Amino acid sequence: MSINQSGWRPQMTAGDGKPAAPTATGNKALMLEEALIFEIGDTQTTGVDFTGIDAAAPASRLGGLARKAAIGLPGLAEPEAVRHYTRLSRQNYAIDLGLFPLGSCTMKHNPRLNEKMARLPGFADVHPLQPVDTVQGALEVIHQLAHWLVTLTGMTSVAMSPKAGAHGELCGILAIKAALEARGEGHRKIVLVPESAHGTNPATAAFAGFAVEDIPATADGRVDTAALIARLGPDVAGVMITNPNTCGLFERDLKTISDAVHDAGGYVYCDGANFNAIVGRVRPGDLGVDAMHINLHKTFSTPHGGGGPGSGPVVFSEALTPFAPLPFVEKQGEQFVLIEEENAGEHHAGSFGRMVAFHGQMGMFTRALTYILSHGADGLRQVAEDAVLNANYVLRSLEGTLDAPFAKAGPCMHEAIFSDANLAEGFSTLDVAKGLIDEGFHPMTVYFPLVVHGAMLVEPTETESKAALDQFVGALRSVAERAKAGDASLKTAPHFAPRARLDETQAARKPVLVWKDAPLAQAAE
Amino acid sequence: MSRYFTEDHEWVDVDGDTGTVGISDYAQGQLGDIVFVDVPEAGKQLGKGDEAAVVESVKAASDVYAPVSGTVTEGNAALADDPSLVNSDPEAEGWFFKITLSDPAELETLMDEAAYADFVAKL
Amino acid sequence: MMRYLPLTQPDRDAMLSVIGAGSIDDLFVDVPEAARLSGPIAGLPGHASELAVERHMTALARKNVVAGEVPFFLGAGAYRHHVPASVDHLIQRGEFLTAYTPYQPEIAQGTLQMLFEFQTQVARMLGTDVANASMYDGSTACWEAIGMARRITRKGKAILSGGLHPHYVSVAKTMAKYTGDQLETATPALSAETDVEALIAAIDADTSCVVVQYPDILGRITDLTPLADACHANKALLIAVVTEPVALGAITAPGEMDADIVVGEGQSLGVGLQFGGPYVGLMGCKEKYIRQMPGRFCGETVDADGRRGFVLTLSTREQHIRREKATSNICTNSGLCALAFSVHMTLLGEAGLRRLAAINHAAACRAADRLSQVPGVELVTESFFNEFTVRLPVEARPVVRTLADRGILAGVSLGRLYPGEAALANGLIVAVTETTSAEDIETLAAALEEVLA
Repeated sequence: MSINQSGWRPQMTAGDGKPAAPTATGNKALMLEEALIFEIGDTQTTGVDFTGIDAAAPASRLGGLARKAAIGLPGLAEPEAVRHYTRLSRQNYAIDLGLFPLGSCTMKHNPRLNEKMARLPGFADVHPLQPVDTVQGALEVIHQLAHWLVTLTGMTSVAMSPKAGAHGELCGILAIKAALEARGEGHRKIVLVPESAHGTNPATAAFAGFAVEDIPATADGRVDTAALIARLGPDVAGVMITNPNTCGLFERDLKTISDAVHDAGGYVYCDGANFNAIVGRVRPGDLGVDAMHINLHKTFSTPHGGGGPGSGPVVFSEALTPFAPLPFVEKQGEQFVLIEEENAGEHHAGSFGRMVAFHGQMGMFTRALTYILSHGADGLRQVAEDAVLNANYVLRSLEGTLDAPFAKAGPCMHEAIFSDANLAEGFSTLDVAKGLIDEGFHPMTVYFPLVVHGAMLVEPTETESKAALDQFVGALRSVAERAKAGDASLKTAPHFAPRARLDETQAARKPVLVWKDAPLAQAAE
Repeated sequence: MSRYFTEDHEWVDVDGDTGTVGISDYAQGQLGDIVFVDVPEAGKQLGKGDEAAVVESVKAASDVYAPVSGTVTEGNAALADDPSLVNSDPEAEGWFFKITLSDPAELETLMDEAAYADFVAKL
Repeated sequence: MMRYLPLTQPDRDAMLSVIGAGSIDDLFVDVPEAARLSGPIAGLPGHASELAVERHMTALARKNVVAGEVPFFLGAGAYRHHVPASVDHLIQRGEFLTAYTPYQPEIAQGTLQMLFEFQTQVARMLGTDVANASMYDGSTACWEAIGMARRITRKGKAILSGGLHPHYVSVAKTMAKYTGDQLETATPALSAETDVEALIAAIDADTSCVVVQYPDILGRITDLTPLADACHANKALLIAVVTEPVALGAITAPGEMDADIVVGEGQSLGVGLQFGGPYVGLMGCKEKYIRQMPGRFCGETVDADGRRGFVLTLSTREQHIRREKATSNICTNSGLCALAFSVHMTLLGEAGLRRLAAINHAAACRAADRLSQVPGVELVTESFFNEFTVRLPVEARPVVRTLADRGILAGVSLGRLYPGEAALANGLIVAVTETTSAEDIETLAAALEEVLA
């Protein structure tokens, strides 16, 4: 026989259950610590070369303002830059890693075809101010997506330019304000907002100069219809209602409410953040809605990107259509035309104006249209059905473990809500969330909506398989049981994440918002 | 000098026609770690119940109301540097502002220490 | 079969039985009967394969003239720069692309550290003490800065320079109708002189802020120091707007000239043209004003084990806590575009940014000189970075259309930006970057000579 002399002896040692010794680097195998670019870069290094491009100016014409002081921007060579950001990326949880049950945020799979299409040079490398006959394809994308959105919602028109959901809310509220002023009722100052609403609703109404009045919720998690109707009157501009609402429930009375609001001279704004639950099954236009924003990053799968960019087109009823913002796209014969300030003319003279430079989030339009065409009318209906089915499956699988305040009242829509009511004394929703991190899941939305104490809002979305749901339910059940039994180790969770719980008090008391600690290295040589 | 409390958990110490206002120990306990306090500037006119100051913890912002009407003579500058004084010493060093009372009769509508202790005990 | 929906029919049946529902319709019982749709909406197509969708979208994309395939000179708030290949690769890492807002910091340090680095890069470029985690775009950041100045100064009259991008002015006008702000606006003069003197003269005790673009819509660069002094003498703020951040590699930062709030459009770095969006709004200010800033901040702190970490902070300014008293209703930033900006900036570094800026300026100078030689064409702007304005002997807008027919995207006519302003109709804004070749410049000049002959 021949003996391997290398000393290599594959063998297993039995684990003793104790944590491993700390490493010299602070790294833990694949979990790598990464310094700031200001600590590893310097001002002379660059990862971009401009070989062969002439930088010599005939004479500087910078108006005597040529920069003198150093800026303090670190550079990294390409391999180092790629490594820096790749290492950082691995400290993030993401949909691509697993189920992301963040209620009200709709973390569904982002199809990569969307990304590929958005990067076609014909979309990605086109300037917003090119002559319109050189961008007919871009305008056609906007027109096609607009047609889908109007048809799916049963509305009359759509404003495509708002940059995000909250920006869309502002668009809707400004249209309502413009409509009121156009009929001489600018004195209507009150906007009614259910107390379960997203914070953006009251913030938006207040921005537009309205006074916000809260409408209470009923015991079954819906807006108190009687209280709302009783408050209507000549001072009320309108209501802002989320449907399905932030408790994951369909507002059964929305049509009744809409009719009452219209009778009282007001308008109905619907927060469409949760449209993904009903797309293809219900058209908000059939419920009397006057304006509704659609978060393309929720219902239509454009990526959340770690916090944007979003896109928030707003669909309008016939009553509000004349007041929609500029610019928008119209088909005139075979030509697609951009309607802007100069050609709004008599047909669109009521427009409340422009909300953004250029035409909105084109890169999101191409992604959303790709998603919509992939699904078609039948697939989008299936999206809503599977989203609702998955949420109800989670609700029924966990209602015996966690308090589910509205479970008795019937099915939920796309998200299931639980509370901290039956956790052990001293244990909170936060502990459940942090425990879930150790189990390899992003936590659900916590402490929202405000109408449920210690709320846990679980939205699985339609892109999860039954096996993925079963795994998640098992993990959440286990963490919940520990919280009910008073397992102290939950109070210090997470134990296995890149960081333990962070000191948010220190961050807020002495804000450190930029790197200040040391001057940058000037040169690498 | 006597101390009065409101149902919104402000306290006011009155010495002649000058009041010193802060929030109660109970209130700071409910708010948790205080990270920022916005106190009114000298000269500001306040009516009883007006929003006078803002106190913030990490995840909440709360308005502090004027317990009495009057004119602000001083805001507590120390809170800008060290808002944690509201946690560590809410009813002394952690005061918010001083005010010249315009209507001392308003004090009759407030609670004394014993009444406030009873009030808090029932919350 | 829908390729993005993993549930099988047996799965669905098994799940319905766990739920105790007879059919999927039972889960929609709360929808009033009259509003229930019985099947797919008529008139819309059914689902399609990847191949089919790709064909459809590609056909639409082909109907556009691609900037990179023709001599291209458009700017006016959006600029074509070369973006290194690694930028687009890194922003497509699933952990960045498919992450949410970093509300659970223990498992979002990647996004948070990136934002902290971004905030520092932006603050240093703008010359401000701090910067936020980004806004929607330059135009909305500009409007938010005006609102911020109103809250800080408790005054409501904003004076907008004629050199401010007309779309930015339009956005501000729209919002001011509803917030009660009073705006003083002006149309730019087609001359080398900016309106700084007029702005200084217009400031009074009621002025909350002066908003000035740097370089301005015509490309002009002017010293902001006297304007800042005049603002501060009247307890008003100076807001500077930068639509071309590459310029800050060559010219003095607005913050260094004592601007109080500096906002910008960050699209030039990392993001690409994309027919106008999504872009990334930059916003920085003096440290004393951070409580009145809108938008998200990332801040440094420590974890329970004492290790450095980052969190979203100062969120009591924001709508999800302050509701109707929030500094803004903004509920997002432009995260992925901020990442693209930051990666591109890190690849450039200071040396790279300065060289890129020098290349842009040199190319623009050469183009300005060449176009000035075209009979009848006059260079209006004496100082500029990578964008300048020329006066043609005829209206510029039809000339731009004619040149587009010849496969040249010649620039942005002032007629497009200021329709109906006869005094501006002959103006053409020409942007030149490192992507513009000497041949491109020669092609434009030669074509202009023919068209104007």
